[in-house]
Amino acid sequence: MDFSNFQAPGMYPYHASSSSKQAEKSYVDHPIMGPHNSSFTLMPEAPSKHTKYPYVTGTSVLGVKYKDGVLLASDTAASYGSTVRYKSVQRLKAVGKTTALGASGEISDFQAINELLDQLITNDYMWDDGNNLGPVEIHNYLNRLMYGRRNKFDPLWNSLVLGGVKNGQQYLGVVTMIGVHYVDDHVATGFGNHLARPIFRDEWRADMTHEEAVALLEKCMLVLFYRDRSAINKFQIANVTEAGVHISEPYALQTNWSYKAFENPTAGAVGSW
Amino acid sequence: MTKSNVMEVPPKGGFTFDLCRRNTMLQQQGAKLPKFRKTGTTIVGLIFKDGVILGADTRATEGEIVCDKNCEKIHYLAPNISCCGAGTAADTENVTDMVSSQLVLHRYATGRESRVVTALTMLKSHLFRYQGQVSAALVLGGVDVTGPHLHAVYPHGSTDTLPFATMGSGSLAAMSVFESRYKENLTKEEGMEIVSAAICAGIFNDLGSGSNVDLCIITKEGKEYLRNYQQPNPRSYSRSKGYDFKIGHTAVLSTKITQLRQHVQVLEGDAMEEE
Repeated sequence: MDFSNFQAPGMYPYHASSSSKQAEKSYVDHPIMGPHNSSFTLMPEAPSKHTKYPYVTGTSVLGVKYKDGVLLASDTAASYGSTVRYKSVQRLKAVGKTTALGASGEISDFQAINELLDQLITNDYMWDDGNNLGPVEIHNYLNRLMYGRRNKFDPLWNSLVLGGVKNGQQYLGVVTMIGVHYVDDHVATGFGNHLARPIFRDEWRADMTHEEAVALLEKCMLVLFYRDRSAINKFQIANVTEAGVHISEPYALQTNWSYKAFENPTAGAVGSW
Repeated sequence: MTKSNVMEVPPKGGFTFDLCRRNTMLQQQGAKLPKFRKTGTTIVGLIFKDGVILGADTRATEGEIVCDKNCEKIHYLAPNISCCGAGTAADTENVTDMVSSQLVLHRYATGRESRVVTALTMLKSHLFRYQGQVSAALVLGGVDVTGPHLHAVYPHGSTDTLPFATMGSGSLAAMSVFESRYKENLTKEEGMEIVSAAICAGIFNDLGSGSNVDLCIITKEGKEYLRNYQQPNPRSYSRSKGYDFKIGHTAVLSTKITQLRQHVQVLEGDAMEEE
């Protein structure tokens, strides 16, 4: 079959007959929808239904594997641009009995993902066959979801961290808004990649106890609080073990702002700061 | 008519931007701007009990290529002051050389040891005059009669006075190490340990930084410059027999011998004496 004259229906303005010159144009020229069609000033632009930028956003999520399971950590802030608008947002969620999901990025998209996952888990429960969806399956589902939306140029604007334990095996993975997905022993999203991953790479060990892993996460959350403007001093940690998922109550860490060098730092350099 | 009564106006400083429009036009037509050599970089400074420790990595990049695997990013300003530089390598090199010369003249004029704030003021006024076009981000540290000082200088001319500072593309990785480990009144050994850990965090986690760790420890006793204090990226294989290319291993296609010194025949006058 000769597809050289093929034109996708509904994407073009009406041409009475396709002259040979028109046939050479690729179908990506002159779509009706979209803001780039300067040649169709007479046609009203259809409203864009694509996500172009996020509005209410959460900052980094961290995840580490330890001896008995997986820990996820995030703060409870959601920012509206440069304002820290909501300070009690839970960005960690249990998915079934085996997995915890943490999200950074657009909060409304995270809520939509939660709805979809709830339906997924309910459907799985209704099979009543003794099997349940584990972290590997949820990770794959989320990857196809995010990649599929990316291909429609309408992404769910999140970076997701997925941690779970099933049959004694720990699992820790990431899916980003364009569908990049990977697993690792320690992961982070957003600013956490720059500030927490170097510490993880230096100090993480496979046989850490729960206390050691929490201490490591708290060390990184503190650095993030000092150096990320969208972070607040109110954190939650999700602990996933064979027994299930437990998300802690929000708590704060001790900060230290009282270095002597910060008091009157320019005593020797008057005029600078 | 003489113009001797007119006061001479000193030439205005800064860059002229007359050719910018022509350059953008050329770029649109396909001409490529040359890539400039940046220092990618992780540079850090830390104040400890007796003075200042400066640290830097040693990778210089030109676009995506590593053009120098072992460059020196800790520059000399005065016997008691040093400066790490990040950003465009030519800018950091030349601005520190320039201020170093100005400090020598200043020492002659005042008859005193240079102070860190003098270097700071000279650097920041120069950078501010050039409105950020001189792309030099510096960590300036030293010890003078008033004690140890550490400053971060930004390309537009602002400065920070801090107990610990990091700059460059690896600054976040290095800062995460500092924020989690810094304490007041560190000893020299603790300080060196933290500084080299911060530089290593930059080397291994940032693509713009790499190779070796340079340290410079400044106290009121003097300056200790430890070039290649750590070399955590050695060449992993080197042939034990060495590399030997004997004559006969490669086919010779053609031979042309050119005299390095031209033989000149003198027709008239005296030949020049060979020195």
